[in-house]
Amino acid sequence: MYPDDRKYTQEHEWAKRENGLIRVGITKFAADRLSDVVFVELPQVGTEVQGMQPFGVIESVKAASDLFAPVSGRVVDVNAALADNPELINQDPHGTAWMIVVEPVDASAWDKLLSAEAYAKLVGAEAQ
Amino acid sequence: MTDKDFPLIFEHSVPGRVAASLPEADVPDVPLETIIGAERLRTDPAALPEVSELDLVRHYTRLSQRNYAIDVGFYPLGSCTMKYNPKVNEDAARLPGFARLHPNTPDSQAQGALELLWHLEQMLCEISGMDRVTFQPAAGAHGELTALMMIRAYHDERGDHRTRVIVPDSAHGTNPASAAMCGYTVVTVPSDARGNIDHGALRRAADGSVAALMLTNPNTLGLFEEGITEVAEIIHGCGALLYLDGANFNAVLGVTRPGDQGFDVMHMNTHKTFSTPHGGGGPGAGPVAVKRLLEPYLPVPTVERQGELFRLDHDRPKTIGRVRAFNGNFGVLVRAYAYLRAYGPLLRQVSEAAVLNANYLMARLRPYFDLPYDRVCMHEFVLSGRRQKAQHGVRTLDIAKRLLDYGFHAPTIYFPLIVDEAIMIEPTETESRQTMEAFAAALVRVTEECATNPELVRTAPHRAVVGRLDEVAAARQPNLRWRPPGAQGRGA
Amino acid sequence: MSSSADWRPHKYLPLTAAERDEMLRLIGRASVEELLSDIPAGVRLRRTLALPPALADGDLLAHLRTLAERNGHADRLTSFLGGGAYDHHIPSVVWHLAGRAEFYTAYTPYQAEIMQGELQATYEYQSMLCELTAMDVANASMYDGASAFGEAAVMARDLTRRDEVVVSTAVHPQYRDVLRTYTRHLGVRVVELPHHGGITPPAALRGALSGNTAAVMVQSPNVFGCVEDGPALAQAVHDAGALLIVGIADPVSLGLLQPPGAYGADIVAGEGQPLGNHLSYGGPYLGMLATRQAFVRRMPGRLVGATTDRDGRRGFVLTLQTREQHIRREKATSNICTNEALNALAAAIYMAALGRAGLRRVAEVNARRAHYAKQRLCAIPGIRPAFNAPTFNEFVLRVPVDPQELDARLIDRGILGGLPLGRWYPDLRDGWLVCVTEARSRGQIDALVEAVATVVDSVAPVSRS
Repeated sequence: MYPDDRKYTQEHEWAKRENGLIRVGITKFAADRLSDVVFVELPQVGTEVQGMQPFGVIESVKAASDLFAPVSGRVVDVNAALADNPELINQDPHGTAWMIVVEPVDASAWDKLLSAEAYAKLVGAEAQ
Repeated sequence: MTDKDFPLIFEHSVPGRVAASLPEADVPDVPLETIIGAERLRTDPAALPEVSELDLVRHYTRLSQRNYAIDVGFYPLGSCTMKYNPKVNEDAARLPGFARLHPNTPDSQAQGALELLWHLEQMLCEISGMDRVTFQPAAGAHGELTALMMIRAYHDERGDHRTRVIVPDSAHGTNPASAAMCGYTVVTVPSDARGNIDHGALRRAADGSVAALMLTNPNTLGLFEEGITEVAEIIHGCGALLYLDGANFNAVLGVTRPGDQGFDVMHMNTHKTFSTPHGGGGPGAGPVAVKRLLEPYLPVPTVERQGELFRLDHDRPKTIGRVRAFNGNFGVLVRAYAYLRAYGPLLRQVSEAAVLNANYLMARLRPYFDLPYDRVCMHEFVLSGRRQKAQHGVRTLDIAKRLLDYGFHAPTIYFPLIVDEAIMIEPTETESRQTMEAFAAALVRVTEECATNPELVRTAPHRAVVGRLDEVAAARQPNLRWRPPGAQGRGA
Repeated sequence: MSSSADWRPHKYLPLTAAERDEMLRLIGRASVEELLSDIPAGVRLRRTLALPPALADGDLLAHLRTLAERNGHADRLTSFLGGGAYDHHIPSVVWHLAGRAEFYTAYTPYQAEIMQGELQATYEYQSMLCELTAMDVANASMYDGASAFGEAAVMARDLTRRDEVVVSTAVHPQYRDVLRTYTRHLGVRVVELPHHGGITPPAALRGALSGNTAAVMVQSPNVFGCVEDGPALAQAVHDAGALLIVGIADPVSLGLLQPPGAYGADIVAGEGQPLGNHLSYGGPYLGMLATRQAFVRRMPGRLVGATTDRDGRRGFVLTLQTREQHIRREKATSNICTNEALNALAAAIYMAALGRAGLRRVAEVNARRAHYAKQRLCAIPGIRPAFNAPTFNEFVLRVPVDPQELDARLIDRGILGGLPLGRWYPDLRDGWLVCVTEARSRGQIDALVEAVATVVDSVAPVSRS
């Protein structure tokens, strides 16, 4: 259900390591709970983000939620497709609907993130 | 546009038509370039509609017929107090002496208006148990912001730098929004099992960093804060002030006064408690009443009396300043004044009837819905659509939409946030028993349909001029304005 | 409390004493007092409210008429007052239509399917405002021009993440007061730029801008009635990476003048009262806010959008609500909830009634009659214009008589004279702001001139040598 090629946060983001960079998105659990995504506000390339601090906002018709950076670092890429097609987040949250790519400053933060198994347990509990 | 669509006013346009008289200048002809300068003149006239007066009248008359309104039917919206809007109040506001009075008129030529405001202030002080009232705020949220600024000025003058405002978890969204606009951070305190604010949590939060507690009383569950005296002690005890969001004031007129409960400041909504019309989203008015300790900080101008003369006071050294131009939503306040003069001390009957109506309707409906807080209610009550969701997969939203098919406006839904699938119902005192019975019968029918025909409820409404609208598309691809055909669009 | 004797019938209360008793019985309560038992005894009011006794309708209206007639209103006195509120002729259709009960007794359109009338009317209003101002998007209303102006500054701060705004002293003093009140606690610094010759000087403006400037705020026509050099101001502002906010006190002017969107405004914050709304001693009025498409998600206030239902029918809904307080709470773009919807409706009906040609014509008549009045008044010895810049429908004269004294004498002649400016502008103690709209006839203007000439001559006769 939750791919084990990446790690997860308590706030339902996923983080995938790629050649030293970290690609970030939100999980299917979060996307389903939000229901139809209408807009996502993402930072510009070059922005500094802080671990477990908000880096953006995701909106449905009736709700808005902060997006939390799994690690601290600098934004090196932003998914431009989401501006015109926010519904991608509901369709493919773990794949084409990635949000940002971060160049991390601190390797240790990665170890504190949840494994796929731990995250599945977390949402199993939350879904109760 | 499909041929099922109701036309926009622009779609009636025919070039050259007018719906108003075109005046002639009647003065010697001087080129406009001489008066204004050619480079300042508009080259492309605004593409406003071009219609005849009859087409204009038909368009807006037909639009009005696509609206629901109090004069059409029952509006059981919790926390909105959708009571009848008296017509004599409309006649009052339209009197030329009020409607045609310029706000920059010298005080000596506005004595009638100023006297009305002065008397209104006296009456609102009596009803609220407070000492002064400002009429500057244009709405409840505007009043909240004004009050918080006064609270801030009070603490600042004492050299007491406080940074936080407490709100209960049942608070209306304007409360934290207003606090943020005043530069405060918001601390949320939970409600207890009886629906009162949790005193233990409040005590822990109430320290020297807190400027104020913003409370609604009765609260958004329709319940009176039973421990209000203790709450006031806790808040005053840490040096903070107690603010009342007066949205639910309709429950307690002549019964209990916020000033006597320990509140230092409150806002009132004339478009709720005092019958001024809602207008489809305003105008309202949000007078703020204060105890003496906050009087120095009132926004300017205030209304003052010296013998038989009334005046606007602009020179108040400790004022928080202006929160709007001119003198307040005077036309709305005329209506509130007329309303209070039509009741006098009988105003108490308003709250007695409001509370009885709500308890009656609650008793009538409670067999069919979950009731999260089993207490006597005040002027409104909150049910939960949890049962219908669990048993039949039908949500409160669907129930609300199906009610529209029965000719009723839905109650307030999904507020307060602390009740799952919340349904907040406030009948008000101006509704008859027969109307409430009809509403209850319709709502019960809908709960039956949840069991026998849930799909019908889930796809409601079926009898309105449009079906359920695609709000997702509206938010993803915002279309916020009409554009002339062939015009360059920069998005919407 | 359950005897019939203490329940008085009232036309707004359907509940009779008999019904009250029956309903109590059905819910198992002995009295209404039992329903109030959650209220602690110590805070109960144990006496009758000390309010004047209830008035029957006839007496009530007589009382209100007495109060109303003690005011020098614009049907009794010929008004030449402007300064932020304007006496334009309101076509009869406006309030016959806006006064329909289906409009004015309706609630905010949260149940969209049964409120398509209000929603469509608001969408049309937004559209007309965009046309009028030449901006991309407009909201459904704010409280008034001054508070819209204040909220625009906060919007600019959020958009640019800069914390200073520069405001011209040619902006209405009450707008500047409200701007300061709204920004005081939000870490926004307000810097005033002095006007020069009645307008905001673009050259001096450049010197006042920095990398901290979020926005420059001007008004056009400004408080002196002067038309600002919009294009030059926009250039200076954008060169510094800031936003241009233009306040509009009389949007009828946009029937004749270049609209802000055409000369580079980023946000327009104005007062909609002149569009079909009564003077009403200062309110209810109508804040107008319009901006560029790119900024829409930072706009405060309600927005109505077009969409479809599942049968493809066009319909309208409140949209982009995640900006607003009921969803975003302390992170909302504003706390605004109830706004001025009915006044916006009246403004839309007014704009539709006048239409493309009518608004242009009304604006022209304003300009021509004001120009005529200015020429004739300045022909009176001792009176001269305060500024040379072009004006629309109001202008400042320097008068040889104390302006307040002048006004007092004019009232005796049935005229409500111009606004003395000395209270806000120390170097304009002899400044008198005169407003002439299309509602002032040539004859009334001539009568004003004659009256002013008489007063000036009797108080401050100028020697003929």
